[in-house]
Amino acid sequence: MNARMELPATTHDTTQVANGYIGKSSPRTGSKRLLQGRGAYIDDMRLPRLSHVVFVRSPHAHALIKSIDLSEVRKQTGVIGAFTGSEIAEYCTPWVGVLGHLKGIKSAPQHAVAIDRACWQGEPVAAIVGQTRRQAEDALQFVKIEYELLPVIVEMADALKGDYVIHPELGDNICFQRELKTDDFDETFAQADVIVEKTYTFARHTGVTNEPRAVLADYQPADHSLTVYQATQAPHMMQDIMSRHLGIPESQVRIVCKDVGGSFGIKVHVYPDEMATAALSVMLKRPVKFMADRIESFLSDIHAREHIATVRMACTKDGDILGFDLDDLTGIGPYSVYPRTSGIEGNQVVNLTGGPYKHKAYRAKLQVVFTNKNVTCQYRAVGHPIAVALTEGIVDEGARAIGMDPAAFRRRNLIADDAYPYTFPSGLKFEKLSHHQCLDKLMALMDYDGLRAEQAALREKGIYRGIGLAAMIEVTNPSPAFYGVGGARISAQDGATLRLDPGGMLNVLVSVTEQGQGTEAVFAQIAATMVGVSLENVRVITGDTAVTPYGGGTWASRGAGIGGEAVLQAAKALKVNILAVAAAVLEMDAAQLDVSGNAVVDKLTGVVRMPLSEVGRVAYFRPDTLPMDFQSELTVTRHYTPREYGFTFTNGIQASYVEVDPETGFVKLLKHWCVEDCGTILNPMLVDEQLRGGVVQGLGGALLEECLYSPEGQMLNGSMADYLVPMAFEMPDIEIAHVCTPTKTSELGAKGAGEAGTAGAPGAVMNAVNDALQPLNGNVVEQPITPERVLVALGKI
Amino acid sequence: MSEKRCDISVMVNAERVERPVLVRQHLVDFLREELDLTGSHLGCEHGVCGACQVMVDGQVVRGCLTLAVQTDGKHVETIEGLSESGVLADLQEAFLNHNALQCGFCSSGMLLSALNIVRHYPDASREDIRDHISGNYCRCTGYQAIVNAIESVLLKNRSAAVVGVSS
Amino acid sequence: MKAPAFDYVKPKSLNEALGYLKQYGSGAQVLAGGQSLMAIMNLGLAMPEVLIDITGLPGLTDITVTEEGVRVGALVTHATLQHSPVIAKHVPLLWQCVPHVAHLAIRNAGTLGGSIALADPAAEYPAVVLALQATITLQGPHGVRDVAADDYFLGLYETARAEDELLVAVTFPKVKDSEVMVFDELTRRRGDYALCGLAAAFDVSGGVIRAARLAYLSMGDTPVLAPTAAAALMGKAPSEETIAAAEIALINDLSPRSDLHGSVNGKLHWAKVLFGRSVRQLGKSA
Repeated sequence: MNARMELPATTHDTTQVANGYIGKSSPRTGSKRLLQGRGAYIDDMRLPRLSHVVFVRSPHAHALIKSIDLSEVRKQTGVIGAFTGSEIAEYCTPWVGVLGHLKGIKSAPQHAVAIDRACWQGEPVAAIVGQTRRQAEDALQFVKIEYELLPVIVEMADALKGDYVIHPELGDNICFQRELKTDDFDETFAQADVIVEKTYTFARHTGVTNEPRAVLADYQPADHSLTVYQATQAPHMMQDIMSRHLGIPESQVRIVCKDVGGSFGIKVHVYPDEMATAALSVMLKRPVKFMADRIESFLSDIHAREHIATVRMACTKDGDILGFDLDDLTGIGPYSVYPRTSGIEGNQVVNLTGGPYKHKAYRAKLQVVFTNKNVTCQYRAVGHPIAVALTEGIVDEGARAIGMDPAAFRRRNLIADDAYPYTFPSGLKFEKLSHHQCLDKLMALMDYDGLRAEQAALREKGIYRGIGLAAMIEVTNPSPAFYGVGGARISAQDGATLRLDPGGMLNVLVSVTEQGQGTEAVFAQIAATMVGVSLENVRVITGDTAVTPYGGGTWASRGAGIGGEAVLQAAKALKVNILAVAAAVLEMDAAQLDVSGNAVVDKLTGVVRMPLSEVGRVAYFRPDTLPMDFQSELTVTRHYTPREYGFTFTNGIQASYVEVDPETGFVKLLKHWCVEDCGTILNPMLVDEQLRGGVVQGLGGALLEECLYSPEGQMLNGSMADYLVPMAFEMPDIEIAHVCTPTKTSELGAKGAGEAGTAGAPGAVMNAVNDALQPLNGNVVEQPITPERVLVALGKI
Repeated sequence: MSEKRCDISVMVNAERVERPVLVRQHLVDFLREELDLTGSHLGCEHGVCGACQVMVDGQVVRGCLTLAVQTDGKHVETIEGLSESGVLADLQEAFLNHNALQCGFCSSGMLLSALNIVRHYPDASREDIRDHISGNYCRCTGYQAIVNAIESVLLKNRSAAVVGVSS
Repeated sequence: MKAPAFDYVKPKSLNEALGYLKQYGSGAQVLAGGQSLMAIMNLGLAMPEVLIDITGLPGLTDITVTEEGVRVGALVTHATLQHSPVIAKHVPLLWQCVPHVAHLAIRNAGTLGGSIALADPAAEYPAVVLALQATITLQGPHGVRDVAADDYFLGLYETARAEDELLVAVTFPKVKDSEVMVFDELTRRRGDYALCGLAAAFDVSGGVIRAARLAYLSMGDTPVLAPTAAAALMGKAPSEETIAAAEIALINDLSPRSDLHGSVNGKLHWAKVLFGRSVRQLGKSA
């Protein structure tokens, strides 16, 4: 736990190498330049003959495009060209966002720029390329498009009813549905002493990355090659997709990631406007840049998390949970997003509901329906915030029904720490979790009993505070079970290449990417430790498909655990090779040597035998002095794929302490706690900061964020003034502590941590608010928990 | 039709810049496009996120709401100049050590707000700090590390002042 | 989100500025701090032919104390007001509301004149101006005229300022010893536009409310006075009974529209809450 002002332990001197950098809170020295205004984000790039594309976007949620006349546009100053969807389709083939392992999932083909029909407000319907962004925007007013309005589906219930079908060829508006039921379900629920039921509503919201989506495509006609500078989490996936849809051989496509100004899943998907930008570069044979402005971002960055879920929980009168029953309806856009599909989020809700608790009976029904609102797809913690909120909400309801303290109720029902490996009713397998240790730690960290006493005392004075808990499990380090098995060309395997440079420094290339979470820093720590060099002698490069090994990139909290293991294995192998060179030079047995402090040392005594710079000098420049049959290999590549488990689950538990003003309905966040078990912690400071950032993002969804749509499918609050994101004044301090259960599926033992904060925060806050409102007979079931919704719950309006 | 331009003479960091600027170009576009000072960022272009903050005549302003032409005769300081002059050194070190940045996109604007606190509100509490940075959007950190970093500089300055007085 | 092209002039004198206003008519927008105007233009919601930059005009940046009150020049920034001992002492209601205005960087550039000229009903100053019965000084081709606050706010972004006039100053009466000023607003986040706000000016003596002017923000197309509720406070002590009886009258005075952030019932409810809280403040300071 960090005391507020205490700097986490840092390490700078080489004596630390012996103990290793793994587990040290080393600052990210690679981020210094970002503090000096020397970041290199896509929009900072300049290329010769750079042009800019602006997209004409449909103002209507659903309309036929009867005609497009761009003739006046083409005459405007600075306009290089103006193009319709048909013209762009000659360079970019359409796609369908379905995968084989989501049985029955269906969607319609989607073009980079719409051709006959616009299906959501904001869908690109034409493209204008200009010398400057300004000139292209100026030309927008000369676009002439004739639309014929079509019926609009906004409400999920209407989509389900199916009176109007958005894609008639699909038969209905259901993208994906899934049902499962355990054999004992009917009997269990029929006989249960207590059944509690609630319907929870979650508003769609979105990522609002500070840097909007950005891409710069540079086609080279001479060799039919394409370089795309893209703010993406998954460059190899984009390489594959650009190759296939633009008709350019895979290895002729190079995706380069520059600095990325926040992603959180928003920048891991395929966007029509980004594909169109690349197509335009091929067409025009010159660089084309697109950066979404903030208004475009709200209309076209993926949204997520629009659900109405009815959940029931059965338990005995003594408080043993017997089972859960879930009916989840979620509304996506008019297309399932490519290539990961818009069915995954709902699928996760089905997989994860009830997650931390012992129970056998489970029934779940999921329906994912198309609407004419913006498309939705995976956004940080994918489905977990929903699953955790409805599980933890109904668990609190159960505790209330039985008259048990919510912490005691959880204590009774959390899966025991020695119950592993454990198979969950939805079929998922847990390697080893630590729910009880985490609960113990949380109770102590927050002084639960003390807070309950404080709460009671303040209630006497008419001050209403609430304590909310949320236990969670979190998907990390996925195997090919997540996407690969469904036919997606998304790698679950990542690789690291380590090279000892002649001067003795390490060059590390990794296929996992960096968006600010510190993957590069962590890889440097692992490489430095496992080879035996000091941290400042390691340089890490990520985000270039032509340079790094092939891999999956960053998503599903996999970067540190999977990329880190690849780095570890490569580092171990490199050390062996370094010692082989040294042994050849020193004419010694390699087993008597080690690498430490940037030098080859005598293993027993630690005496320096030769600095690494000397190893490098000889290996690269004087191999003539080495034995005839000896070839030094000071560059090593290793890969790692999680195989044993579909996902490496982590677990944790969060708590929220709030004060609700029953007069105004305002919720004040007093404090927040998170105890997380993510296995081996590579850099405590970075992990804790991921958790804090994740928590605050979850708090946004819980209290502030919602994408509001009119009945005509127009987004009503698509600006930073009206869409409310968490700002500093309202956010609490967040205390973090850890339990450590390393995974045995890798030598590193690191699980993921990037999304856990977001997974648990909404559930914890909702439970806290309802705990505060309980004496006033108020109960909120809708997120975001706005002051209005609290007042309605209290019967004040 | 050619667009209206106005000649301006403005100090940008340590350099005098004399240019005919497009009257409709806001200050951040001018800095980024004309002067290659890409350290100031555009996150929303309507004055809410704070990523565009620069200093004009010593005051922190939203660069996206300021026309370049309005800086005629003034002194503009950007993250680049404030870094090179060393005035941000303590804050930059504190931000680094506390991991008060992740993606870095908000950092230039955030550092300017932080500098304003250090200069004008040296006794700010944690709540005051949160108030003073309440106009800077950060999606990555959740703000606590930023508050910690700024607080650490304020505390360092306070204890240095005390030492100065007693010695 | 690049603002469409426009022409730009920067007059050096008031007469020159007025000349441009006359010349361009409705095609012109006055640029002062630009904190509202530039955002609106970047969002493509305003497309003026010409911007008349008045920041070079002399004599508009002073805060002067006179017999009539405190005269604040149109170009005085929010930041200047925030740090002005004169404002803190003589116009506490204005001084109380400034920290609620947006954020630091906006306050450094935004001006009082700009805010009153725009007359956004969700902004803080218009309600304060109405509560205090301040006087708005306009200058046009026919000379200078003063408009009382009660006559100034006409409709949504519509004021008594004619197209060919410039707002040059606002004069606030100096607070009297018997007066208590209470500003409060409810925002989801610090610096946001309020869900509901109240600028209240009371005159209290002998433990009894002698006068009250209650001006609400975010409750209509303009700042809205609540005269019936104010009347119900006359001659009463600031007690819970007084509040309960008087707040019912608010429904006569206020008819807000629902918006993104609040329903009609929500806004009326918050209006009552702020009313009660402001009167309760009198109980504390009396």
